[in-house]
Order: sequence, then C-alpha cells, then structure tokens
Amino acid sequence: MNIGLFIPCYVDQFYPGAAIATLQLLEKLGVNVKYPKNQTCCGQPMANSGYEHLNGDCNELFIKNFEQFDYVVAPSGSCVLHVKEHLHSSKHPQEASVISNKVYELSSFLTDVLKVESLPAKFPHKVGVHQSCHGQRGLHLSQMSELVADPFSKPGTLLNMVEGIEIVPLNRIDECCGFGGTFCVAEEAVSAKMGQDRVADHLIHGAEYITGVDMSCLMHMEGILHRRGSKVKVLHLAEILNAG
Amino acid sequence: MTERDKILAAIRANQPVLSPLPEIKFNKVDDDSITDKFIKTLTTIGGKVVCASKNDDIFTYISSVTITDQRILNMTDLADLKSLQSDTALPHSLQNVELAVIKGHFGVAENGAIWVTEELIGERVLPFISQNLVVVLNVNDLVDNMHEAYEKIDHAGYSFGTFIAGPSKTADIEQSLVVGAHGARSMTVFLIE
Amino acid sequence: MQNVTKNHAELATEFNKDEERVDWHDETLWWVRQKRDKAAHQLPEWEYLRDTASKIKENVLSNLSGYLQQFEENAEKNGVIVHWAADAAAHNKIVVDLLTANGITKMVKSKSMLTEECHLNEYMENNGLEVIDSDLGERIVQLAKEPPSHIVLPCIHKKKEEIGDLFHVHLGTPEGNADPQLLTEAARQHLRDTFLTRRAALTGVNFAVAETGEFVICTNEGNADMGAHLADIHIASMGIEKIIPERKHLGVFLRLLTRSATGQPITTYSSHFRRPRSGKKIHLIIVDNGRSKQLGREDFRNSLKCIRCGACMNTCPVYRRSGGHSYHSAIAGPIGSILTPNLDMEKYSDLPFASTLCGSCSNVCPVKIDIHQQLYKWRQVIVKNGYTPKSKTVAMKMMSFTLSSPSAYHAGGKVGRWVLKYAPFAINNKLNPWYKQRDMPQPPNASFGEWYAKNRKE
Ligand code: SF4
Repeated sequence: MNIGLFIPCYVDQFYPGAAIATLQLLEKLGVNVKYPKNQTCCGQPMANSGYEHLNGDCNELFIKNFEQFDYVVAPSGSCVLHVKEHLHSSKHPQEASVISNKVYELSSFLTDVLKVESLPAKFPHKVGVHQSCHGQRGLHLSQMSELVADPFSKPGTLLNMVEGIEIVPLNRIDECCGFGGTFCVAEEAVSAKMGQDRVADHLIHGAEYITGVDMSCLMHMEGILHRRGSKVKVLHLAEILNAG
Repeated sequence: MTERDKILAAIRANQPVLSPLPEIKFNKVDDDSITDKFIKTLTTIGGKVVCASKNDDIFTYISSVTITDQRILNMTDLADLKSLQSDTALPHSLQNVELAVIKGHFGVAENGAIWVTEELIGERVLPFISQNLVVVLNVNDLVDNMHEAYEKIDHAGYSFGTFIAGPSKTADIEQSLVVGAHGARSMTVFLIE
Repeated sequence: MQNVTKNHAELATEFNKDEERVDWHDETLWWVRQKRDKAAHQLPEWEYLRDTASKIKENVLSNLSGYLQQFEENAEKNGVIVHWAADAAAHNKIVVDLLTANGITKMVKSKSMLTEECHLNEYMENNGLEVIDSDLGERIVQLAKEPPSHIVLPCIHKKKEEIGDLFHVHLGTPEGNADPQLLTEAARQHLRDTFLTRRAALTGVNFAVAETGEFVICTNEGNADMGAHLADIHIASMGIEKIIPERKHLGVFLRLLTRSATGQPITTYSSHFRRPRSGKKIHLIIVDNGRSKQLGREDFRNSLKCIRCGACMNTCPVYRRSGGHSYHSAIAGPIGSILTPNLDMEKYSDLPFASTLCGSCSNVCPVKIDIHQQLYKWRQVIVKNGYTPKSKTVAMKMMSFTLSSPSAYHAGGKVGRWVLKYAPFAINNKLNPWYKQRDMPQPPNASFGEWYAKNRKE
C-alpha cells in the first residue's frame, strides 16, 4: 500500500511537528508513506473566498503530485473536504475524481482503512477535543449534535486507545471555533469572539491541551490562548496518537 | 399578459423537471398509551386535563373555578350548563366571555392539540377571544400523531378548522414564557370516559 | 461598491463592542437551539421527516406553476379572492387599494415576513394609513422603530428593561417595570382594543394547500386569529413557494415547523382557513418578488423550500454573535444570506461571506436546504460578477500564483512562510486584523518540507 502524504501549506510552514507526527505514526503502523516534495496547497483559501476559478493550476499540481498513490492521507479535515468536494480538472477529469475518492483525513484513514484497534501511545493529560466543522459536518468524522442519529467519533475512538488520557466534557460539543479561512480577518470581531468562547469552554472544564484534526482551528485557538497568557497548549491529534 | 400570467410563465420557464411526491410512512399507535401521552404533552405545554366519568364532574369542576357573575358561553350539548345567549351577530360581542365551553373533534397525543371546526364553535373567534377555554373530548377520540390526525380529517369540508394546543402564550420578551398573550389564558380539557 | 453604508462585518463589530450583550444574545439563542434538539430527539423518525419534507418541497418546486393554478382554482371555488403580485410594489399597492376601496384607514397585521420583505408598513404610512403589528415581538420593534432581528423571535435583540421603557412611554406601564408578565398583559389589553376596532386584518400564510384551496397560519399568541375573525376583510399575503400539494402533507410540516423553531411540539394555534365567514371577505395575495428568478438558479432554488422556522439562525454561531440587524436585510441569518443576493447581489454581496461554512444550519434545517453549500456557491457568483474589492482579487491572484508553483512556494526556503504569514490572514488589510485579539504562531526553524528532505533520504 503506497500512501501519499499531503501536508497542507500552513501545516508545512507553521506546524511541522504535526506533519512529522503524522508521518511517524503512519510509519509505525507499517505503511509505506511518501511525501511528494512539489506539493503546495489544495486551493481552499482561494475557493472559500469565492475564487475557485483561480484554482486551475493549483488543481493540476495537486493531481500531478498525488495521482500515483493508492491513498492520499492528510492531517487536515478541512483540506481533505475541499479536495473531495472541489478538486476538478478539465484536462484530467478522471484522475481528479479518482483522487477525490482516495483522499483521507488521518483519523478516518486509521479507523476505516487501516482499521487500527490499538496504539502504543501514552499521554497522561486532560484533553479537550475540538470538533473541526469541516471534518465533522463535512467528512462525518463524528456524529453531529444537530442530527437524531447514533453517536460515534473516529478521533474519539483513537484517543480512547491512548494510555492515561482524560477527555474533558464540553458544554457545546461541536460549536465552530470561528476560524473560517479568510473569515478570521474579514469578520475579525465575530471570529475572535467565537474563538474566545470556544477556548473558554475547554478552560472551564480543566483541559491542559486542546486537540483536533485541523491545525487551522487550533492555530486560531492557540492565538487566543497565547494572547491571554494561558498555559494551555494545542496539539494536533497525530501528535497525541504518536506520543509516549 | 396579465400579471398573473406573467408570473406563472416565469415560474413555468424556471421550474426544474418533475420530481416525484414521496409517500408518507408512519406508525399507527392505537393503545392506552396515547391517553397518557396526550395528558402529559398537554400538561407540559400549559394545558390542564381533567379525566371525568360523567357530565356532573364537568359542572362541579366549572362551578369550583368560576365566580358567580361570570359569563359562560356553552357550545356543547350539556343542557344543564348555564350559558349566555349569543345575542348579536357581531363576534365582537364575545369580548366579555370569561369561559367558553366547546367540544373538540379529537386530540393528538404527540402535541396535545385538539382539532376544532367552525360547526363546534359558532363564531370562529370564540376560542381565541374568550378569557378561558374548556374543551370536552371523548377519551376514545385521541390519535397518536399528526399523520393520523389528517387521515382522520380526510377530505372533510370545513370552512374553518384549527388545532388548539394549550393556552395562548408568548416568549417574545427575553424568551420568558408568559401564558395569556392574545388568546385564551387557560385551556382545560375534560376527557370523558 | 456597496450602496449600503455598513456591511455585515462593520455592523457585527459594533454589536461586539458590548460583550455582555453578545454573551446574552448567544446564550438565549443557544437555549432555543437546545430546546429544538430536545424536541427533535423525542421523535426517532425525525431525520425521515426532514427527508420527506424536503422531497415534498422538491416536488412542489418542480410543479409550482401547476400547483399554484390548482390552488387558485380551489381557493376561488371556496369564495376567496385571489390576487397576484409580481413584486413588492405590486403587493403593497394591492393592499392599499383594497383598504382605500373599502374606506378603511387602519389595519391590524400579524406576523408576515413577506410584508417585511416588501416594506409594507413604510408604504402604508407614506400613504397615510395606519398599521399595527399584533405579534408581541413585532409590536415591540414597531414601537422602537426598528426592523425585526429574527424571523421567529422579532425582538430577540432587546432586553426586557428596554422593552419596559418603551412600554412605559407608549402604553403607560409603570416606569422601571420590566416584568415580562406585566408587559405582556399591557400589550394584551392594548391590542385587544386594536383587534376590536379594526375592519381589516392582514396575516401571513404558512402553508397553502393546492388540493383544497385552504391556507394555514400558525401562531402561539392567537393574534392572527383575533385579527382575521373580527375583521370584515382578511388579507393574506403569501410567497409563491408556500404551496404544498395535499392536506395530508400538513402532517409532515406541522410536526417539523415548531419543533425546529422553538422546541414546542406544535404552535398553540394552527388555523386552517378555507372559506370566508359569511358576509365577509378573504383576499389572498400571491407574491413573486424575485422567487421565480431564484427558481431558475439551479444552485440556489432549494432555498425556496424554506418554511421560515428560524432554526438556522438559532444554531448559527455567527448570527448569535452578530445579531440580526448586522445582516441589514428583512431576513437575517444563514437563510437570509442565501435569499437576499438574489434580490440585490451588490447590496447583499457581503452576506454569503458572513459565515465560517461550519454547516450547522444545513443540519438543523427541517427541509434540508444545503444552506452552507449555497453560501459557498454564492461567493463564487459574487466574485465572478465583480462585487468584491479589487485589492482582494489582486491578493488572491498573488496567492494563487505562489501556491500553484512549487518553485515560487519554496523559493529561498522562507518565501512560502512569508506569503502565508501575510495571506490569507492579512489580505486586503494594512493592519493585520489577526493580531488584534490573537497572536500568530511562532514560525518554526524549518518547514516540514525542509525537515523531510533532511530526515527521509530517498
Ligand atoms: S432555511 Fe431551513 S432552518 Fe432556516 S428558516 Fe428556513 S426552514 Fe428553517
């Protein structure tokens, strides 16, 4: 099984630790992972701003980088959702749709493809789990509180395999953090308020760490925690699953 | 072209290809549980339910909660119940009615609503304008849910019909629930066995 | 550029100056969302109902012209007088003409978002006619000379103390008294007089049944019924999309509507109007006002399935923290943001961007409108039509260029980091708004790409 590792641009540049943890975790689980070095971005920042039509070259590059793999795995629900929903190419329509079907967000790749049942991880801390909307409502990584349906959580299942971890409950289990791509600056006031409220929910429940499947949400919450001088840290899910 | 024809033409030009109407599937519930469910639901939404075995119970109840000079309008066939004569053609004259006693066709357990049509109330405004409302309902006339309700209504030819579920209410001020907005301040249902 | 003075972001910034009020607004609406969840979870068949409702509306939209004609024919058979209005102006004129022809100068009106959309109150006042809103929340905002901020809870932005002050001035309640019970009672007395003295009453329409020609109005207060049953003339205004095929379909929609809206199992009153009272008149106005155009927009036509329950507003984390007035339109929140660009793309070009695309709205919607997908699609349409600032387009093109070219992205090792540091977070802004309330991440010494090249030899 050949896995292409897709590391979203901002993770590559700002959170290499999350990317390294993803790579090491996959290697630990015995799969063959390769990182195509010419990759850049999935094009989501443009698309969500209304400029999907500028993404032609970005899409071609993405296809070129990842078409040869059995699966494409990324530590980001948001970018994976974008590829699934919006990757297209007039030159290579077939390849584009194949990639859309074989791209996986990390936690669902572990639970659905590798069917991981145990992990050698240890993380004796209180952790709050942030359900990033694109992963949850877009990729259905966890059940959504709005629906009348049985609960489940792919990241939750994996975190439960980690020794010593304590998941803290939250008042609002799946409220958006307010990052939203360019929303975070275009609607600064609401975005920051949403982030502050989300962080506060984790803090009152005693979280020492906030984790999730999207570094972008975590970056936003980290920015707020840091500004407040809080000791609470953010970690990508991969970093916890790879810990110990 | 008239305005109507222009609008219809624009709609016709823009509507998508026909998509089929879905069937409506639902479970019929027809056991004793629906009586309890009805009572529980109506009570939760601010109504009162009194189980009565005979009409005397109703009279006793009404005289226990009413004051002497109050105005009762009885639309039921309970002949012994004192009633105003609805003396004028103007529905506005009903503004002084303190208590309207009406019959209901049937009740719905899932939401506590009772189906009432114009024939049962005389003036349409009665159950709204009256300060308090009493509905007399046979305990056998209960259905579980709204699908069954419409199955029961079927193609009835009423001119006006309404589901009434509890007293009039509002939560427009800071979401605090206040009973007695514009319609009746209370709704008491007598379930006759 | 925009012809409104302030856009959503600016109005939301103002709203956020009073954090305590934002918290209160957010908590109040979240509480309504929780009541909705509780009600929905009592029905195991909830998702089936949503699905069925959505499919019924799908069918309605695909045969709308046919159903409207069927409805018109049956309504007329029932003795209802049917009018057609292509737009807001035509609708308002019909109302005023009806009143004038009958020598009526004062009308009572129950809640109708359509008349808000048409700005009927303003038009009537300009024509020297008086209109009094009878829904408590609407009466409150009318006295405050404000538009409603929510389609189901019109004065949800107002605190009870403010309402107490308003009622003190207008209805003579004791100064400083903000007890909801007392204020509601004062409104009851004041509006009873109104109901008893108005010869014309206007109501909205929740559902119009093609099969029978009847229409249904749902209220908790009983104000629509009080108005309609005491007036000589009942005017009912409905958008073309209010049609449902058969009476039995009401079962589906009435089960969903109020559970979604407030968490109640049904509104207190669900009144079915089929024929006028003897000697009285019902005039029904069927209004298009841009709806047939929206029907032709394949990506957006599903927005016409909306039954105006307001659930998408209550769940929206942005609406809860920006307030209904920040949407500067009759219909606020997620649904307003996908309906209004159809009416005026330039004026409302900001609204589809007033969202994080979290998707919660689509999940609560009882008729399963893909609201967040439509927000995304409106963004594309708005950009293509040129309703975005030039500077944003330039920045987006630069970013697209950098991200499409591995060499530009990796150039000098640090360029990529530089680009990302200033975009997308700082696009079109001299002072990066990110920094206002948040810190930027610490740039690492090496990117993952650089680390990988060193640590994983091929
Ligand atoms: S879009 Fe859906 S959730 Fe929003 S008001 Fe309309 S029906 Fe309700």
